[in-house]
Amino acid sequence: MTDTVSAAQANPDASQPFAELGLKPDEYERIREILGRRPTSSELAMYSVMWSEHCSYKSSKVHLRQFGEKAPKTDALLVGIGENAGVVDIGDGWAVTFKVESHNHPSYVEPYQGAATGVGGIVRDIISMGARPLAVMDPLRFGPLDAPDTRRVLPGIVSGIGGYGNCLGLPNIGGEVVFDATYLGNPLVNALCVGSMRHEDIHLASAKGIGNLVVLYGARTGGDGIGGVSVLASETFDADGPAKRPSVQVGDPFMEKLLIEATLEVLHAGLVEGIQDLGGAGISCATSELASNGDGGMNVWLDRVLLRDQTLSPEEILMSESQERMCAIVTPAKLDEFMALIKKWDVEAVVIGEVNASGRLTVDWHGEQIVDVPPRSVAHDGPVYERPYHRPSWQDSLQADTPDSLPRPTDGEQLRATLINLIGAPNLASKAWITDQYDRYVLGNTVLAQPEDAGMIRVDETTGRGVAISTDCNGRYAKLDPYNGAKLALAESYRNVSVAGAKPLAVTNCLNFGSPEDPEVMWQFSEACRGLADGCLELGVPVTGGNVSFYNQTGDTAILPTPVVGVLAVIDNVDKRTPMAWSAPGQIVYLLGDTRDEFAGSEWAHHVHGHLGGLPPVVDLQRERVLSEVLVAASLSGTIAAAHDISDGGIAITLTEMAMKSGIGVKASVPAGFDPFVFCFAESTGRAIAVVTAAHESVFIASCSTAGLPVTRLGETGGDAVEIVGQFSASITELRRSHEATIPAIFAN
Amino acid sequence: MARVVVDVMLKPEILDPQGRAVQGALGRLGLSGVADVRQGKQFVIQVDGDLTGDRLALMHKLAEELLSNPVIENYSLTVEADA
Repeated sequence: MTDTVSAAQANPDASQPFAELGLKPDEYERIREILGRRPTSSELAMYSVMWSEHCSYKSSKVHLRQFGEKAPKTDALLVGIGENAGVVDIGDGWAVTFKVESHNHPSYVEPYQGAATGVGGIVRDIISMGARPLAVMDPLRFGPLDAPDTRRVLPGIVSGIGGYGNCLGLPNIGGEVVFDATYLGNPLVNALCVGSMRHEDIHLASAKGIGNLVVLYGARTGGDGIGGVSVLASETFDADGPAKRPSVQVGDPFMEKLLIEATLEVLHAGLVEGIQDLGGAGISCATSELASNGDGGMNVWLDRVLLRDQTLSPEEILMSESQERMCAIVTPAKLDEFMALIKKWDVEAVVIGEVNASGRLTVDWHGEQIVDVPPRSVAHDGPVYERPYHRPSWQDSLQADTPDSLPRPTDGEQLRATLINLIGAPNLASKAWITDQYDRYVLGNTVLAQPEDAGMIRVDETTGRGVAISTDCNGRYAKLDPYNGAKLALAESYRNVSVAGAKPLAVTNCLNFGSPEDPEVMWQFSEACRGLADGCLELGVPVTGGNVSFYNQTGDTAILPTPVVGVLAVIDNVDKRTPMAWSAPGQIVYLLGDTRDEFAGSEWAHHVHGHLGGLPPVVDLQRERVLSEVLVAASLSGTIAAAHDISDGGIAITLTEMAMKSGIGVKASVPAGFDPFVFCFAESTGRAIAVVTAAHESVFIASCSTAGLPVTRLGETGGDAVEIVGQFSASITELRRSHEATIPAIFAN
Repeated sequence: MARVVVDVMLKPEILDPQGRAVQGALGRLGLSGVADVRQGKQFVIQVDGDLTGDRLALMHKLAEELLSNPVIENYSLTVEADA
């Protein structure tokens, strides 16, 4: 028996399972106030899913506002926060759109499909802006490398990302793989996609024009992930048995490929007035957002939706998260042409609704009205919480527990052993076993991919104009100080694109935190937002959009606060890029920036001592900006041969990575007055290794001096070992053995 | 000697891209009116002795957790006793 609007009026006191759908009593009351009656079961389904944390951002909204309020003035931003993805002007009439989203909880439940559909979802966000997807990236976080659950989730997640992306024909150009005990039972799977378009091809999600038709196209609607968005994404995991696992979505990358081509063709043919992808909350989300962003109302004939499973109820159809679906607004005059183009790609389409002047979103089911709501109340005017937050009681003692008393290596032999150990530590070890499963070069426009500092893609094949992207976050720094930890994530990402020779333009973020109902987690979140917004203002790069993922915890233990920051940068000609590794013996190696005795939250303290305490490295964004300007200018003028960011593990790790990549060694001296251990392994920020040839040395030094950037000559490339003069020498062969063995030892075979 | 047959199928609500591809091919090759195709897999396991009690319970557990992915698949298990 279908619950209709007239039944809701006739039977106002029927009890409804709002709590089971995740709604709080006051939220349910508010729905009754908005409607002036009890909701129908279909309306209840729509509100419950759209007002979930995942869709409504009800706990984060008040903090996310800062990204708009503190946005730096820039001409580069064509479309800002609030649309499916932000759009950035990269010059020559080209625009680039990029965004990162989380798919953490689904990937824990079903690693392969969870990760695969994460890629699919972010790709549809990009095509719904009118852009052609160019590449994807995946920042990943797992529990300890040797934990049994990591053995379950990591291979599934990696093959899900690889399987979907490779079938789709999109290169995977980078990301991160980080291991920490707090992610055990709650891995983080973030997916980023970048796409390009001409300025005139930008499209937005709005349903304008009375009489225009709402067309649903792509895969048929089935019972995938019903309630997934509110249940999967907003509830914590307990040790439930398998029977309680909710059904998950299954992706079909070949359908997604057809969807990309069909969508871009109808958009370029000018057949579409507004467009929206279907992701979390499915038809509920797409219709309410389109209607809310438009200028009238919308009526939907829900029984016209093409189904994979004929037994689905209207509530389930509204909530289904079946993948590979899109919703377009088309004028009646262009409908035939639209349908013909979609059919050409072997994609099914059906008119499910019409834009009207009612100001309401109404849904009919076989002639009976089952939904009659103001669309804004579903899509945009959901609850907003000012959740309480306070500085954790343990924060002071954590910060007071500095790493200063940890035993340090005291001679060359111990420094050598530390380097061999660290270069094979899970977080620093080669990720080739993972990234080799991704197609990094399909389409032929990949310029840089893992293990380079940033991924770089050619956008214009004639001029060589391209973009570089890096994603970064050190969750340990964020735990020690969430405000500066977020700034440090921004600084590292900004530096990583800069060393490749690209100019930073814009920021996206994926804010992964524990439960917002925990005031201490909420404090971490508010501090991280404040830090990132202040940092973006200071560096002049606006946040274009992003995603919040809460409830990342197992039991009472929250993950490390993990505000992943992605920086997009432009390079006028990818031929001018700076590689990470030197290319010949006899090149001169310089250290840019200042090194201090900073080990709190470092990879050395973590891996060698299992220690986390103290204050993270000092962040100096003005220094980061100067460093970026020097590196980008040197890349343009061709005065730099290679550059590599110094971050996790310090200078010794950076030099080792460069040596392993090139196959040529290096001989570096500890500058006068420096403790060799601090020189090798401290994680002070605002630093990079720059490599120049003798011919360009004086020009490069002069450019650093003019900019006020400290520059120190360390030595020259050559030989087949990493040698720290007077301390130790480790052969590239030995270093590679440690570096390359760690991850295959657990997963190969 | 017991013969155990375990059939594993995707749950009905789960999309089956391979089944969809086969459905399309059947139509193109001239078989009209194909309403749906679902693809699965079958395990045939020979076991010494009877399969009853705890051993049968363990077989069920392994069918659910090893032979199938309980998040997206159902299994059915039948035991045929050989004389």
